[in-house]
Amino acid sequence: MPQVSFILNGEWVSVEVEPCETLAEVLRNKLGLTGTKIGCEEGECGACTVIVDGKAVTSCIYPAMKVEGARVETIEGLSKGGQLHPIQQAFIEHFAAQCGYCTPGFIMSAKALLDKNPHPSEEEIKEAIAGNLCRCTGYYQIIEAIKAAAEKL
Amino acid sequence: MVEEYLFPSSVGEALDCLEKYGGEARIIAGGTDLVLQLKRGGVEARALVDITRIPELRGIREEGDYIVVGAATTHTEVAESPLIQAKAKVLAMACKSIGSLQIRNVGTIGGNLVNAMPAADSAIALTALDAEVEVVSKEGSRWVPISRFHQGVGRCCVDATRELVRAVRFKPLCDNEGSAFKRLARRKALILPILNVGVVVGWEDGHFTRAAIAIGPVAPVPFRAKKAEDVLIGAPVSRESVEKAAWAAFEEARPRSSLLRGSAEYRKEMVQVLVRRALMEAAGI
Repeated sequence: MPQVSFILNGEWVSVEVEPCETLAEVLRNKLGLTGTKIGCEEGECGACTVIVDGKAVTSCIYPAMKVEGARVETIEGLSKGGQLHPIQQAFIEHFAAQCGYCTPGFIMSAKALLDKNPHPSEEEIKEAIAGNLCRCTGYYQIIEAIKAAAEKL
Repeated sequence: MVEEYLFPSSVGEALDCLEKYGGEARIIAGGTDLVLQLKRGGVEARALVDITRIPELRGIREEGDYIVVGAATTHTEVAESPLIQAKAKVLAMACKSIGSLQIRNVGTIGGNLVNAMPAADSAIALTALDAEVEVVSKEGSRWVPISRFHQGVGRCCVDATRELVRAVRFKPLCDNEGSAFKRLARRKALILPILNVGVVVGWEDGHFTRAAIAIGPVAPVPFRAKKAEDVLIGAPVSRESVEKAAWAAFEEARPRSSLLRGSAEYRKEMVQVLVRRALMEAAGI
């Protein structure tokens, strides 16, 4: 089985993967990082969003082989020393989660946006999260949370 | 069952991989369509040949009279390119409307073409731009006009067992030319279009001298509204000319009823609306 090495949340990891295994499967089943959720499993709902080399991708349809040498960020990499990341904190403070299943994907989409564009307009926020579906919140609180996080970052 | 996932470093090497597997290997770029097809069993492959690390397939450049876009350039890269925004706005707008940010960050223009859907947003824009697609095999390379590239729903002239798309090219628009892209869909992201329209127009002395109107999906392949184009050529640059062309497009388009996209009657009506809006914007009326 081929071996793939990449930087996962700041640390090099090496893992054996099947040639057509997806990144979401490898993260969840082989590396135990179940914060990345699998929803639709066809790149339509965004629950599996992670960041690869600075770009948000839907890991459920992203071949794991592609991350060789890449920098991968998942929801598990956000909090530092028991301190939640400002985006996570803002999601709590603005009630931006209900059932929570879509939340890691939203937070990763938000992080990809704010890493690149620290002061996004509301339109830019909406564009950045258009690939993430939430059936509970109605999106308003999520947008408010991302705005608040942008102010703190 | 996929046994191998390969990263060739050149186009020649990629073609070698295809040959080695005698038709059982498939080219993969972003994989946003292919991974789903593999999961659902619609496509089988013993090996996947990933072309996204081949430098000559990436990026956008000016070459002589043309803008050349490497096949493995992502939709995000195309949409954000200042050159494309300035000289082929219709393509930047089309690429920006594909899927979602996550899909655009990964999916490629070559993949969108080879998947050969009649409403693929980039294909509609490239049809309006009269683009050409470079197809390479061990025997050499050929530039195929986009009007001859598509052969039916999901079918194009590329023999996936031994060929690949290297690039697309088109002429940049001049100062007296404009373009626009319009898309009708139930929401703004992650949804197939009910209709999409790409137009390119040019004018001299207040009269249209160039007109290309591409519409999807109203036929098995991207559709050129030739009668509407003929109405425009030579006509004054005015709202009245645009209305006449939009009416001609309405008359010649033959959309079908679709549970996903809406009734034929509604979609036919909307052809007129979208073509009018696109032409007004492109011509700056």
